[in-house]
Amino acid sequence: MTRIEERFAALRREGRAALVTFTMAGDPDAETSLAIMRALPHAGADIIELGMPFTDPMADGPAIQAAGQRALAAGQDMRRTLGMVRSFREADDVTPVVLMGYYNPIYVYGVERFLRDVKSAGVDGLIVVDLPPEEDDELCLPTLAAGLNFIRLATPTTDEARLPAVLRNTSGFVYYVSITGTTGAASPDTAKVAAAVARIKRHTALPVAVGFGVKTAEHARAIAAGADGVVVGSAIVEALRASLEQGRSGPAVVEVVSNLVSELARGVRAARHTGAVEPARPS
Amino acid sequence: MSPQRPNSFRTGPDERGHFGIYGGRFVAETLMPLILELERAYARAKSDPSFQAEMNGYLETYVGRPSPLYFAERLSEYCGGAKIYFKREELNHTGAHKVNNVLGQILLARRMGKTRVIAETGAGMHGVATATLCAKFGLPCVVYMGAIDVERQRPNVLRMRMLGAEVRAVNSGSKTLKDAMNEALRDWVTNVADTFYCIGTVAGPHPYPAMVRDFQAIIGRETRAQLERLEGRLPDSLIACIGGGSNAMGLFHPFLDEPSVEIYGVEAAGHGLHSGKHAASIAGGRPGVLHGNRTYLLMNGDGQIEEAHSISAGLDYPGIGPEHAWLHDLGRVRFLSATDEEAVAAFQLCSRLEGIIPALEPAHALAKVLDLAPKKPRDHLMVVNLSGRGDKDLDTVERFLEGNRRP
Repeated sequence: MTRIEERFAALRREGRAALVTFTMAGDPDAETSLAIMRALPHAGADIIELGMPFTDPMADGPAIQAAGQRALAAGQDMRRTLGMVRSFREADDVTPVVLMGYYNPIYVYGVERFLRDVKSAGVDGLIVVDLPPEEDDELCLPTLAAGLNFIRLATPTTDEARLPAVLRNTSGFVYYVSITGTTGAASPDTAKVAAAVARIKRHTALPVAVGFGVKTAEHARAIAAGADGVVVGSAIVEALRASLEQGRSGPAVVEVVSNLVSELARGVRAARHTGAVEPARPS
Repeated sequence: MSPQRPNSFRTGPDERGHFGIYGGRFVAETLMPLILELERAYARAKSDPSFQAEMNGYLETYVGRPSPLYFAERLSEYCGGAKIYFKREELNHTGAHKVNNVLGQILLARRMGKTRVIAETGAGMHGVATATLCAKFGLPCVVYMGAIDVERQRPNVLRMRMLGAEVRAVNSGSKTLKDAMNEALRDWVTNVADTFYCIGTVAGPHPYPAMVRDFQAIIGRETRAQLERLEGRLPDSLIACIGGGSNAMGLFHPFLDEPSVEIYGVEAAGHGLHSGKHAASIAGGRPGVLHGNRTYLLMNGDGQIEEAHSISAGLDYPGIGPEHAWLHDLGRVRFLSATDEEAVAAFQLCSRLEGIIPALEPAHALAKVLDLAPKKPRDHLMVVNLSGRGDKDLDTVERFLEGNRRP
């Protein structure tokens, strides 16, 4: 079992959904970014998604685009991102860490070398936005063979016919993209999301986490009632940006992010949890 | 990297959209069903005679095809070698080859029941062509254009607006063509139900590279027939400029399996290949993945995409179509490059010798004609794709010359 699988199993016993937080590695600089990462589990994050910055994030809205640019401007690269996970693991061996990003920096790093290094750094899973099932040979299959989770996105355009193909080589959890749009765009309709999660669960025993457009604790609570996890990214990254002083890290940054994550965690924990009752067996 | 030479260079891509290791479908899941739908719709249209008939009708009466194949006598004399022909794509309606592809895609969009069209544009020629066809067919049109390109290609912005399109200036990233493409993809991810994304070059996720090539291949087919009529034989060499590479692929494709035909693609070398300010993905890039396909890209050691530079906004892109990448690896197409300075010199020379003001994009191809043609014998037939007209570039050229005149 990976840390991701262990964490979802434990939360199922607790009867609540997971709070999955997204922050960008190296935003606003390497040191602050690591301090934020270390604070996240204490603030109530159950799973940490760490963005690998990329110059051309085609599925991201303005908040996460800007986070990536801040990180790159501060000199972040793949080597530093992996080093950051390694440092985090020195003090935390239980919180799952998922790297999220785009394929090119991984491809250029070299798939084999990348998988070896992420594994030794203590990464548990990968989300790579621009690798659909049609390109599974590239990274998905090698990742699964290396014993890491490969977490796939399912979207409102993933219809019934396509869903089995999307789920086939997915592990850890399924990330349901609640809207057609970029990260941080319009907020999803909670009832529609719950129906979509139920639809996915008819095809898989994997936990389903919901993201894109979740901004407030109240919203997180509503989504958490019908899902196994809630992913919040743009709202956190935006709070971080707002706490910067002339674009630089100040004393308030870690605290601002921690406070927001604590609030979101209270929302998620307050949810009357109906979605993550016994998962259906896959048919 | 020495992939096996295929029996034919014209059979690609495979069913997964690969040209060798290049191409593919590297897109977010939200877009994947849309791309599969497009692939099916295009396959149906391609084999439907009524689609071809509709397209041919408009190509003749609206675009003005066939475009002439013109013997550039004074330029040939000046070079003192090869007999140089221009394929006059600049005479098409809207002033460039772009319209050939846009017509095909808009007719396809109509068949698919799409009611809104988006496009990215660099120099603005693809944007103008898209705005034009959308006006003709009454479709709302949004064109994404880097904020820097909006500034340097002002006449085309005005044309698009006059045609009823909404031009959205893109301020993210490097504010040029690659960022316009990112923004168009973000729009498409958001408006999945009604929107058709009209890509302007032989790049992007499968089926775009093959589809755009097919729509542009009329350039090469006409050239072949016209030269047969004029000279009774095949050309000895073909030459075209390459940003994404659609005008080049359109000219080259019908000749790829003719081993006697030398084929040259000309990338933009900007301030020079060693200056770090150029747009030559083959000469200065490596294979990577961007905008839905694997191809040669300009990037740093961490896989971060680098900004391209060219005086020509239409060539100012850090990638190249995947089929070109494949043909380069196989050695079938030779890639050369021309600097800003060489392109401007060729721009002036062509204007004065032939009375044709070329766009800065094909001026890059003309610059290499000036190198190659003198070394060829008198009976060597060289065809250069004059892919667009230069009215849009007069300000840019004037400013460049001003800058050079200053001490």
